[in-house]
Amino acid sequence: MKILVCISHVPDTTSKINFTNGDSEFDTAGVQYVINPNDEFGLTRAIWFQEQQGANVTVVNVGGPDTEPTLRKALAIGANEAIRVNANPTDGFFVAKQLAEVIKNGGYDLVIAGKESLDYNGGMVPGMIAGILGSNFLNSCTSLTVDGNNVKAVREIDGGKETVSTTLPLIIGGQKGLVEEKDLRIPNMRGIMTARTKALTILEPVDAAVNTKAVKFEKPAPKSAVKLVSADNLDELINLLHNEAKVI
Amino acid sequence: MSILIYAESAEGKFKKVAFELASYAKKVAESLGTTVTALTVNISDVSELGKYGVDKILKVNNDKLAGFTAKAYADVIKQAAEKEGTKVVLLSSTTDSIYLSSLVAVSLEAGFASNVVGLPVSTSPFQVKRNAFSNKAFNITQIDTDVKVLGLAKNSYGIFESAGSAAEEDFNPTIGDNDFGVKVESVEKVSGKVSIADADIVVSGGRGLKGPENWGLIEDLAAVLGAATACSKPVSDLGWRPHSEHVGQTGKPVATNLYIAVGISGAIQHIAGINSSKVKVVINNDPEAPFFKVADYGVVGDAFEIIPQLTEKLKAFKAQHS
Ligand SMILES: Cc1cc2nc3c(=O)[nH]c(=O)nc-3n(C[C@H](O)[C@H](O)[C@H](O)COP(=O)(O)OP(=O)(O)OC[C@H]3O[C@@H](n4cnc5c(N)ncnc54)[C@H](O)[C@@H]3O)c2cc1C
Repeated sequence: MKILVCISHVPDTTSKINFTNGDSEFDTAGVQYVINPNDEFGLTRAIWFQEQQGANVTVVNVGGPDTEPTLRKALAIGANEAIRVNANPTDGFFVAKQLAEVIKNGGYDLVIAGKESLDYNGGMVPGMIAGILGSNFLNSCTSLTVDGNNVKAVREIDGGKETVSTTLPLIIGGQKGLVEEKDLRIPNMRGIMTARTKALTILEPVDAAVNTKAVKFEKPAPKSAVKLVSADNLDELINLLHNEAKVI
Repeated sequence: MSILIYAESAEGKFKKVAFELASYAKKVAESLGTTVTALTVNISDVSELGKYGVDKILKVNNDKLAGFTAKAYADVIKQAAEKEGTKVVLLSSTTDSIYLSSLVAVSLEAGFASNVVGLPVSTSPFQVKRNAFSNKAFNITQIDTDVKVLGLAKNSYGIFESAGSAAEEDFNPTIGDNDFGVKVESVEKVSGKVSIADADIVVSGGRGLKGPENWGLIEDLAAVLGAATACSKPVSDLGWRPHSEHVGQTGKPVATNLYIAVGISGAIQHIAGINSSKVKVVINNDPEAPFFKVADYGVVGDAFEIIPQLTEKLKAFKAQHS
């Protein structure tokens, strides 16, 4: 089985979010980048398939040269090879189009993307890849097993979960649950050493329609200070929630 | 050209998000000088939708759509959009609608903006404000395609009634076998409890509750308020509560009217998931807990003393006000 794991290179969760250039660009100064957490669950599941079922795992990112350390980290965790599509990921459709091209040319059976990335939170890319390729698609996937061509999976739904069956080729939008958090891999020394010798292929982007663009960023208005209520005066809290906030 | 909304339902009833979407669509339609058409699937009585500004309802009744199948539903929405000559398709942000949105966008060759948090900033060029960076910022996105797809973030607009009634029309889209590549084998719903996705109020507990045996406190408070229960990440990691209750950046997002956090410190990753809730109440024995910085109301004190009292007082309040 050939697996492609889509890796988004995102600011670490504790990053300060600031903008530059007239609030038109994200300010990368001092920001640490990590593998998008949803993708990390997918990558670990892919490595499990590699170890248990002999799958071959490729990781891919659409981004500039600055994203290569993130791909090298994925290689150090165990991916067999990496691909970087050398382009600025301008919008979800552009990224999906690049990834669809990689998938078409690489003949992957299973494509694992994260259900959303923690920077733009678009939640667009996996579904768009599936739409472009016409493949089977499963979003918010929390469990995945593959037997030959047959797939059993679980997906989260509002207020519960759903078990589904489908077949390869398949695109999933994955999340926590694909593996337990305690099973997430961190690169060890041997992994880091071998990652240096693994192939990282750079591809040039294909043309894609520009459907949307981010024109500006804004930060939420500063919040007014918390109103503290004494623990001896909970009636006041109820009063505030009823009369002021009007939420009960 | 009309605006098309997909009015989501479950078990034969509209979800609340359908009414929010209709209210929002009505306003967008006014600014574009057009009308609102709603698409419904397998609902016999659709009249309630008319109260929220919908002009026309396309009713699909088809046994093949009895269970949710994303590709088939996306295909139906596409056909409805084409039939109506729609330029703007609106979906909500439930798990199912998020699943559908990008499929719909690609099939209509439409620019898609998800997590939209308010009316368009401008309609020419078409620009919307969206949540980004886990609710730590907004992104103004311009959509340049002829057809546009928007995903409205939950509880970001509100529900507003407007006078008028909707015309109903049966709609029979073609549904091909290749729409069913993913088959639903079984569905497991958490029964008898309000789910985080549907709740107006969420009561959430953190590691400050010390152990699963103390969750009765959270559940009793939630029961009085008709609220859903939730928890911080370590609580679900420790197995005190199911993972489905974990809220935050790596868990579920919560956009409720009221979020009550008990014994939760307010780490940045937790706040990221609850930031778009309207009113936040924090109960914590540490006056320095970061959560107080983002809260609207706070009580400094021991949850084990405060919560039982608050629950009793709310019971009395509810008895008076019902
Ligand atoms: C990549 C990443 C992603 C993460 N994603 C999430 C996420 O999605 N959601 C999430 O929640 N966390 C997430 N975390 C974890 C987060 O950083 C915090 O560790 C977590 O939110 C802390 O949970 P807590 O507040 O319940 O526990 P603690 O930090 O232990 O805080 C407990 C609080 O309870 C208070 N307390 C103790 N006893 C009492 C009492 N008797 N009465 C009242 N108050 C009391 C304490 O003062 C303290 O403030 C993530 C972390 C990382 C690194």
